[in-house]
Amino acid sequence: MGAGHHHQLYRPGDTPVHRLPPQCKLLAVVAFAIVVVATPRERFWAFGAYAVLLAGVAVVARVPPGFVIRRMVVELPFLLFVFAIPVIGLGERVEVLGLELSREGLWASWNILAKATLGVVASILLAATTEPRAMILGAQRLRVPQLLVQIAMFMVRYLDVIMDETRRMRVARESRGFRARDLRQAPILAKSAGALFIRSYERGERVHLAMLSRGYTGTMPVISDMSAGVRQWLTAGALPLAAAAVAVLTTLLAHLPGLGLT
Amino acid sequence: MHVPDGFFTASVSVAAGVVAAAGVGVALRNARQELDDRAAPMAGLVAAFIFAVQMLNFPVAAGTSGHLLGGALAAILVGPYTAVLCMAVVLLVQGFFFADGGLTALGVNITLMGIVTAAVAWGVFRLIVRAAPGNRAAVVAGSFVAALVSVPASALTFAALFAVGGTAPIDAGAVAAAMGGVHVLIGIGEGLITAVTVSSVLAVRPDLVYGARGLAKPLVLRTADGEREVAPQPVSQPAPEGRPFRPFLVGAGVVTLLLAGVVSFFASGDPDGLERVAEDKGFLGQAGEHQFGGFALADYGDVGGIPVGVAGVIGVLITLAVGVGVAYLARRRRAKAVA
Amino acid sequence: MTLEVRDLAYAYPDGTQALFGVNLSISRGERVALLGPNGAGKTTLVMHLNGILTAGHGSVRVAGLPVEKGNLQEIRRRVGLVFQDPDDQLFLPTVREDVAFGPANLGIRGAELERRVTEALARVGMLEVIDRPPHHLSFGQRRRVAVATVLAMDPEILVLDEPSSNLDPASRRELAEILRSLDVTILMVTHDLPYALELCERSLILSGGTIAADGPTPDLLGNPTLLAAHRLELPYGFAVPQGVPDQAPHAR
Repeated sequence: MGAGHHHQLYRPGDTPVHRLPPQCKLLAVVAFAIVVVATPRERFWAFGAYAVLLAGVAVVARVPPGFVIRRMVVELPFLLFVFAIPVIGLGERVEVLGLELSREGLWASWNILAKATLGVVASILLAATTEPRAMILGAQRLRVPQLLVQIAMFMVRYLDVIMDETRRMRVARESRGFRARDLRQAPILAKSAGALFIRSYERGERVHLAMLSRGYTGTMPVISDMSAGVRQWLTAGALPLAAAAVAVLTTLLAHLPGLGLT
Repeated sequence: MHVPDGFFTASVSVAAGVVAAAGVGVALRNARQELDDRAAPMAGLVAAFIFAVQMLNFPVAAGTSGHLLGGALAAILVGPYTAVLCMAVVLLVQGFFFADGGLTALGVNITLMGIVTAAVAWGVFRLIVRAAPGNRAAVVAGSFVAALVSVPASALTFAALFAVGGTAPIDAGAVAAAMGGVHVLIGIGEGLITAVTVSSVLAVRPDLVYGARGLAKPLVLRTADGEREVAPQPVSQPAPEGRPFRPFLVGAGVVTLLLAGVVSFFASGDPDGLERVAEDKGFLGQAGEHQFGGFALADYGDVGGIPVGVAGVIGVLITLAVGVGVAYLARRRRAKAVA
Repeated sequence: MTLEVRDLAYAYPDGTQALFGVNLSISRGERVALLGPNGAGKTTLVMHLNGILTAGHGSVRVAGLPVEKGNLQEIRRRVGLVFQDPDDQLFLPTVREDVAFGPANLGIRGAELERRVTEALARVGMLEVIDRPPHHLSFGQRRRVAVATVLAMDPEILVLDEPSSNLDPASRRELAEILRSLDVTILMVTHDLPYALELCERSLILSGGTIAADGPTPDLLGNPTLLAAHRLELPYGFAVPQGVPDQAPHAR
């Protein structure tokens, strides 16, 4: 949002996915997450198909796998819990690789792992193809209450300012030979952290005052045309619609005897 | 405590979604009384601040760490309704931008970390402050207790939801004991940080602590005939928008300090709650060093009693020292600006 | 009177009083410099001119319209504030969007908005950078774009906070030429006394939260006792020329 920042979350590009209006992408991702979560955990094939769908989106959006995987560390702590469930879970035990594990726990792990991963990857792709500012304008388009939109906008602004100032101060510190090695450096870090906040705060405040001076009343004026046509809605809708089709199909197959697709 | 997709059954997710939507709706209607809508940037700063707070993975016990929630601090600084909005925004941004917390679990997350923390904290805070009105110490003590109570309250609500509709087959009592236990410890850290922050803000800009506004002194006019005093004109807007959040530098200083100091020194070395379970059970040979920056769902599991670790105490002491330092710095800077 | 300030007093919420009864008036078409030492309350005063701060006592009127909550939008259209640091003013991804932000807040859209943007940029000679990101411009260019963001709102009074700070001599001169070419009332807050002398026929000295002196710029700057009393200094070797050539009366 601010000048001169590049977001680690956003990968600039000019692909069909990048070009979609943000409000379409937001709704598509939410719908996709709902379909994924609503799919019964026994439908292994469905989850595989969802993963293929997301991979397809990533290819079209030219988001490299490494980028997605790096961003997936968000899920890591959670993954550890998932691995713990079969161990501390209740109920009937089965032996897997020499470990006594809960059968129900294994199912629960799989369920959470598959759904959470798909949800995380969908969000990563959304953030990688949509600028934060555009995302917030999209939310505004979707009639998200004005107050929430504003708070979000300023939150993103302040995060930016804080990160920017951090970078500048780290450079200043390190160019004078400072390196954080152990606790003895804590006072220096503490002092610069205090100064960091003061600086970020004051910069954010001045930008806000400058905005007020130019007649800002709490709503970002939308200048560019952000309306989405039927075609764009359909393009964005392709992901959740395909996912829904997969869900329906696998459910039908599961109810046909003898196909062996559980 | 960020719940991912697929963790709760659909009925619990939907029910929590309804509760969250209703809560945010009520908050939207009432927030306007707390906050001039031109002061939304202030709420934005609180949200950014809480975002930073939640990134902080701090040690709560020997080998375990968890993250702060921030709801109590928001409620005391900007009022309970605005606090719910701030928390909702933080969780929405985490969900959509950072893939932290499932999109279908937003209702659960907003209910647990936004509505429960803000409501419980505000209730407790009001009770204590009402007992000793106009007393600065009571405000600080109230902040401590409110934050302390709000965190386990949120954890127990999580445990209750889990008992009703968790998808993992784990004994609900064990979840409640583990979540409650770990979060009492997190609550102590949250209480201290909240109290330090609120008291620093009180020292610098009392008008910015919600509910402690309105300190108008007579103004002095200097004319050729000398000085005379005039009563200030009534201003419809309680806080002038010119310098709406200067004191926040104090609170945010505390957090940033924590980020810089505590995180870098401790968080990288300490496994979080989940990992510790895994280690204890001999499940992962080597938990290894990790630094999840924030976003850690550090608070699940870990059944049984947890002794307060040395690391936690050091962390808290550093926090206190930092809070005092930042307040001092801020005051000196301010004195300089005035001079 | 385009701008009229009466008995303006203001204290920050922590009780620190910054203004102690400011009185001043500026007529249409005047170019006035507001001089004063650090901490004199210059920025606080400027924040009152478009209602960012609300007077604790006294009043501010812009072309007869009092600065108060009900007419802030109109006041902010009439009073354009250019902040000291252009990076505070420019926050959108392209120059075009940034210049359009102000008029768009006034509800202007479409061709009229486009016309305002290009016209404002043309007036500061920055039309060729319209599609570039502001942070790719030089400091001097950014300051000119910052002036354009305010000109696009078609203000009656242009208030500039330290317009010459951090500019190299060439940019400083170019900006002076631009300011001289504008047909608006200008109030310029500055420490740069030669710049004040060059551009403004009249100066005010704000000191201790009140107006300490008001008069023709050469007279004020030619009075060393007055300057010293308010911590103002001319640069080394600079003497106020007698009968400044550029002081052609331009009041309309």
